[in-house]
Parts: sequence; C-alpha cells; structure tokens
Amino acid sequence: MARITASVYTSHVPAIGAALDLGKTGEPYWQKVFAGYEFSKAWMKEHTPDVIFLVYNDHATAFSLEMIPTFAIGCAAEFKPADEGWGPRPVPVVQGHPELAAHIAQSVIQDDFDLTIVNRMDVDHGLTVPLSLMCGQPSVDNFAWPCPVIPFAVNVVQYPVPSGRRCFNLGRAIRKAVESYDAPLKVQVWGTGGMSHQLQGPRAGLINRAFDSAFLDRLIADPEGLSKMPHIDYVREAGSEGIELVMWLIARGAMSDNPPKVAHRFYHVPASNTAVGHLILENA
Amino acid sequence: MALEKPYKDIPGTTIFDADQSRKGYHLNQFCMSLMKAENRARFKADERAYLDEWPMTEEQKQAVLARDLNWCIRLGGNIYFLAKIGATDGKSFQQMAGSMTGMSEEEYRDMMIAGGRSIEGNRYIEEKK
Repeated sequence: MARITASVYTSHVPAIGAALDLGKTGEPYWQKVFAGYEFSKAWMKEHTPDVIFLVYNDHATAFSLEMIPTFAIGCAAEFKPADEGWGPRPVPVVQGHPELAAHIAQSVIQDDFDLTIVNRMDVDHGLTVPLSLMCGQPSVDNFAWPCPVIPFAVNVVQYPVPSGRRCFNLGRAIRKAVESYDAPLKVQVWGTGGMSHQLQGPRAGLINRAFDSAFLDRLIADPEGLSKMPHIDYVREAGSEGIELVMWLIARGAMSDNPPKVAHRFYHVPASNTAVGHLILENA
Repeated sequence: MALEKPYKDIPGTTIFDADQSRKGYHLNQFCMSLMKAENRARFKADERAYLDEWPMTEEQKQAVLARDLNWCIRLGGNIYFLAKIGATDGKSFQQMAGSMTGMSEEEYRDMMIAGGRSIEGNRYIEEKK
C-alpha cells in the first residue's frame, strides 16, 4: 500500500524563482533566504519520495475569473511551467502521476470534497518555486524533477477561500485515499504559500512575526486546534495574502495523528514583500 | 439579508470577495489578456484604444491609464490580475506593492528589509485615527 512519509511547508514567493533563474542566489539579500534551504536540499536527496502531492495556489495564471475552482486536482501526465508575463521559468516540465491522481480524486470526492478534475493546466510559481527550493536547479544532462508531482490548486485569490477546518479535513481524506492505493509508493504532501504578507492597498508590506511563529508552533503541536482559526484572523493578523496559509493545513491533515518529527524549521523576513516560513515534518 | 463582512474594518485593505469580483470582472479579464505578448504590444501602442475593446466602466479605464492601483482595487481589481499591467510596464511586484502605500520605492524596500510593516496599530481602522 502507498503511505505518506513526510510533509513539507514553504512559502512560494515569485521573486525567489526570479533570483534563482537570474543567478542572484549569491547576493547577501538572497543568501539569507537560501541558507534556510541548504538542509532541505540534502534532506530531499536522502528522502526522495515516489510522488509529491503539491498543494499550491494559482495566481491568475491557469485560472482567470472565467472559472474559479475551490479545489482542483491535476490528473494529467505532464504540466508545463507557465508564462506569467516574463516568459516561462527555465525549469523542467512537471511529470504528473495520473493513476494516483485519479485514485485520489475518486476517493476524496466520495468523501464529500467536490474536487475539480483538471486534465490540462500550466503551473505557475506557486508550484515551481517550492520544487526549486527543495530540489535545487536540475542539471542540464538530467533536466527533470526528481519524481512525479500531482498539482493540487486551491482558490485563495477570491474570498471566501475554503476554511482551515475544511482544508484540514480534506488532508485527512487525502491520507485515507493514499493509504488505499494498491502500490508501495512513498508519498510526500507539500503545503505552500504564506507566511504573513499583504500585496495590496496602503497596508501592503505587513509582516507579523509573532503570528507566524505561533502558527508554526501550533501547526506542529496542535493542528486540529489551529484549523478552527477563522478567516478574519488570517486576514487581519497575517495580511490579505497571508490567508494562503490555510493550504498548509491540507498537508498537515494528511499526516498521521501521532506527533510528527520536526526535521527542519526556518523563518526569515523578507523575501520581496513576504515572510518566508519553512518546515519539514516526518511521520514518526 | 446582507451577509456579514467582518473584514471591512481592516485599514488599508480591500478583500477581493464575490461582490468585488463581480464589479471587477471585465477589468480583471482585460489584465489577464496582457498575458499574451501580442496583446501587450497592442496595449502599449494605443492604451485607450485597447481599453475601449473591453466593456469596462469609464472610471475603470481612467484608473488603469493613471496606473493608480488603489483606485483599480476600489473598482473591483485584484492584485494578481493588476500585476499583469505592472509586468507589461516592466515593474517588479515589490514596486507595485510599494506604489499603493504612499512611500517611495526606496522607503518601502527599506521597510521590508527592516522587518516589514508592523501589525501594531494596523489591525482596525479605528486605531489609525
């Protein structure tokens, strides 16, 4: 049977992708960000899963306002890096895992989560920046990500977004689906976005270190309690775009009910407009 | 019965909810069209003519021409869509975010390096007065 081995949490700031792609990683400003992922890249090499289930949000790239799915699961064989207005990032095409994705869709929809099934979708920085941070830049002679990825896009652009509670329970349903898959796959679930940031209006630039720190503590030790936090607390305390953090609860809900092992924890302000948070939790 | 919107009392913040999305639909879809290089070129060549192809309100068009992102947001714009205008103009996301705060580009960047805008005094509109 397949099983979930670990979960990874990270911000997905587009400027991080630009810094990587433009060779700015050595600059002092960016060194402070990338230093926090040195451990993670080594960890990833040692713990490469068979599949990554990657929870992220699309930023007006694949989905315009024509259609706004709350939860969209990528069931295709591959997903191209999107052109977000500056040309596509020079990173590998993402290989999907259509069999496991279809299995998860079948199981999770029957558990009352209405997923939208997507068979054609370009993926933006929300998905590719976490891959770059965790896997490094793929070499020219083997230009590929280390394993297949199932993209799972959550609407956090148009309010109301799904509640933390619903996201946490969805994670549990994903766990159940993975554990009923008839092949011995090791699966990681990643939750991305956040932490505190606001990109709009006169309050742009908001950062709330105390909120972020408490969020990380509770995500580790009391995720069920944390999942009850209402939307307004995210928006008021962590900024209008800080609401992306509900996606971390999907990954956390997919973990075992036993306390996880904290393999890595990192926090830094700023990357562009955003507080960068990062955790690696292993199932004990 | 009106729905409760508890986020109306956050200072300097417009939540992009279903009502804002309805108001801003054509404005945001115009922005989305700038994802294509040929559309960016046509827009740059004659902004007014390009905008007139969209069923936007006159005020929305004026807000775009003025590059006033706060005004665009009041009229239903969403920052991830408005960012396509910034990309067309060659602006970074930080420059766009900073432009809405009344700070200079340098002041905004320095504030971020120093840890960002503090939450203290920025939770409720009443606190700002």
